[in-house]
Amino acid sequence: MNVKVIVTLKNGVLDPQGKAIQQTLNGMTFDNVSEVRQGKFFDIEVNESDENKAKSQVEEMCKKLLANLVIEDYKIL
Amino acid sequence: MKSSVIIFPGSNCDRDMDVALKKFGFENQMVWHNDAEIPKSDLIVLPGGFSYGDYLRCGSIAGKSRIIKSVVDFAKSGGLVLGICNGFQILTETGLLPGILQQNKYLNFICKNVFVKIKNKENKYFKNIKKEILELHIAHNEGNYFCSKDELNSIEDNEQIAVTYCDDKGNDDEYNNPNGAIKNIAGIFNKDKNILGMMPHPERMIDPFLSGEDGSLFFENLIGNV
Repeated sequence: MNVKVIVTLKNGVLDPQGKAIQQTLNGMTFDNVSEVRQGKFFDIEVNESDENKAKSQVEEMCKKLLANLVIEDYKIL
Repeated sequence: MKSSVIIFPGSNCDRDMDVALKKFGFENQMVWHNDAEIPKSDLIVLPGGFSYGDYLRCGSIAGKSRIIKSVVDFAKSGGLVLGICNGFQILTETGLLPGILQQNKYLNFICKNVFVKIKNKENKYFKNIKKEILELHIAHNEGNYFCSKDELNSIEDNEQIAVTYCDDKGNDDEYNNPNGAIKNIAGIFNKDKNILGMMPHPERMIDPFLSGEDGSLFFENLIGNV
């Protein structure tokens, strides 16, 4: 079973890299970009055929390691 | 007095810490991250560096390494645990200290001397230090301390702020904040004040010819209180 996860900074948490990317895009020809938030993407192979079981395991992984819930949110795709 | 410095793959201030601890009288031993047990110690130090190449988030992988369980047990039983720089990041990732160290506000790696103000002396780490302001060294890319408003209230209510960035007069305002840390926080304690995490490196300030001696004050006080 393949599970994909996106981890992003929570709304309101300063994302200096996203800000720098946004300003660079604005300085190119993309001056209508008003915000960029940078995140992380995980592509996880779990040896488990039951989709629900696999996803609940990945949820545990998110809480315990992949995301730091003080500043980050996770989304299982 | 026995101390243990834990070495993770990528630690690079472990030997400086070893030299500093021994200079001020600790009987120090180096402990490998993949060991199961920490030998009997009065103090455990998580040193600075780039454990596991800062993969995922600084300190996150080290925070799950094999030795950490015994560090957590030791800390929870009241033992003294000191985390410097990457060690501070590891302590937040294990949950022993609240909050997290984010990337510096202006995306720069900062390597310079700074002044820090001691905010709380009711603990073994700063108890008998005569000075109020120490000159120490910082070298980090992720030292921007952050926590939620509720956590900040709880940290302030429990007097957990250990040191704040300031100028040589002790002004810990936004003009003297190198990395964007909330409330200029450079170091914090847990509620019981037996765990201290801080970004500045006292082990780099123990030689009158090479640096300064405010780090010496820190270790002299520590060995006197352990």
